[in-house]
Amino acid sequence: MQVYADNAATTKMSTTAINAMLPYFQDIYANPSSLHSAGQAAKEALENARETIARCIGCEPREIYFTSGGSEADNQAIVSAARIGERKGKKHIISTAFEHHAVLHTLKRLEKEGFEITLLDVSKNHNITADQVKDALREDTCLVTCMYANNEIGSVLPIAQIGAVCKEAGVPFHTDAVQAAGHLPIHVKEQNIDMLSLSAHKFHGPKGIGVLYCRRGLMLTNLIDGGAQERGKRAGTENIPAICGMAAALEDSCAHMQENSAKVAALRDKLIAGLSQIPHCALNGDPVNRLSGNVSFCFEGIEGESLLLLLDMKGVCASSGSACTSGSLDPSHVLLAIGRVHDVAHGSLRLSLSEYNTEEEIDHILAVVPQVVEYLRSISPVWRDLMNGKREFIL
Amino acid sequence: MALYSEKVMDHFTHPRNVGVIENADGIGEVGNAKCGDIMKIYLKIENEIIVDVKFETFGCGSAIASSSMATEMIKGKSIHEALQLSNRAVAEALDGLPAHKLHCSVLAEEAIKNALKDYYDRNNIPYDKKLFPDCANCAHCHE
Repeated sequence: MQVYADNAATTKMSTTAINAMLPYFQDIYANPSSLHSAGQAAKEALENARETIARCIGCEPREIYFTSGGSEADNQAIVSAARIGERKGKKHIISTAFEHHAVLHTLKRLEKEGFEITLLDVSKNHNITADQVKDALREDTCLVTCMYANNEIGSVLPIAQIGAVCKEAGVPFHTDAVQAAGHLPIHVKEQNIDMLSLSAHKFHGPKGIGVLYCRRGLMLTNLIDGGAQERGKRAGTENIPAICGMAAALEDSCAHMQENSAKVAALRDKLIAGLSQIPHCALNGDPVNRLSGNVSFCFEGIEGESLLLLLDMKGVCASSGSACTSGSLDPSHVLLAIGRVHDVAHGSLRLSLSEYNTEEEIDHILAVVPQVVEYLRSISPVWRDLMNGKREFIL
Repeated sequence: MALYSEKVMDHFTHPRNVGVIENADGIGEVGNAKCGDIMKIYLKIENEIIVDVKFETFGCGSAIASSSMATEMIKGKSIHEALQLSNRAVAEALDGLPAHKLHCSVLAEEAIKNALKDYYDRNNIPYDKKLFPDCANCAHCHE
């Protein structure tokens, strides 16, 4: 049995999304900037997609900017807010310690330019509160950027409350909603979100396409200069097939959000209950405010990469921390931020589900994970020391 | 392209010489849980010949494969031959390791050297300290 449980990394495309893309490769393939009728047909598709996406997140079509994905949208949102702040002498940014690197590395770059960055502590409940944001606000704060939901551990942040705090203080609020879009309700006006990033391939859309929503009145800074596409804020010929695929995928995900979320959460809860039976393990992430598809554990005495390789051989595609993390030797900054010590953070496993997963697949995962953990512990000198009392259990 | 060679996967999924030797003549442990790799090597030595060797490893696939391969390469050899084992030889025997995993083969070499040093210490055999890793002052298991 082959089980794909790495949906937080990327998802399988839906047939709906693929079908929505197909007309734009060989039939309506003209450049939407062209004046002729073929170009105008492409332009119409582009603007229809923009309207669809605007409807899904509760904004106006003109507030939607197409980007190459979530990372670009995060970069542009943060840099834009920083430039606006800079002009007013405001150079303080609030974020959280467990953001995606697209946010953290952009902030690091700004820090080198002289910005002050406050990263909110996420060790309590593996989440933050709106009060933490409120307490961190200063006269010179020019941006609050907090992810909607964490990609590694699934915590869902109190976005509407944070939005309210920011609105009251008059500070722009950006959220990286890459893990949330299509899975959790988004209404940027009601939630007082000024800027939001999303990426199509996390909700069964194509890779390489995303959106930056930016509230009217907030001035964007270009990352890519060139033509006048996207109201002059993002140059480059629009990727019409991908944009149409993304719009169809988001519309589809939003239309079925409740039923999908209920189904996936039931699978998740079964998986969490089953894996919790393994001795000396701990669930990572907020147990209550949690993405419906996220299961994240640390297992003491073993290392995550060997766990992933053995699970792969038994037909389970999973991840340890985020996929970006696995290329480096350091354990995930997210696990360290929630207070897992290095020794334990190395033994992490993330299983991320979608509505395409089945109960049989969950049973398969529950059959193989305990076996593999037990095997790796049987050859681990750390586990032997733990069992002999030469080393103290952390979990 | 696979992350690891077939040899690495073979030694990772079917590791040779896993376990513990009770009353071992030399034990070497390197790495720390903080950096994600710990290797422990047990040696049984008779007449300066390594008659048995076992290992336990906490670590990634290449760490487990490197320990397995290294134990195969010294089993039945004299302690002098075992001292010559280099991390490069271990990596080559595994048909190569990804660049960011080469430190796993270094750990395997050092675990064996530490086990041999332990054997010398226990038996009051004099040795050249320069032949052995200085674990207290080495960057492989950086904090």
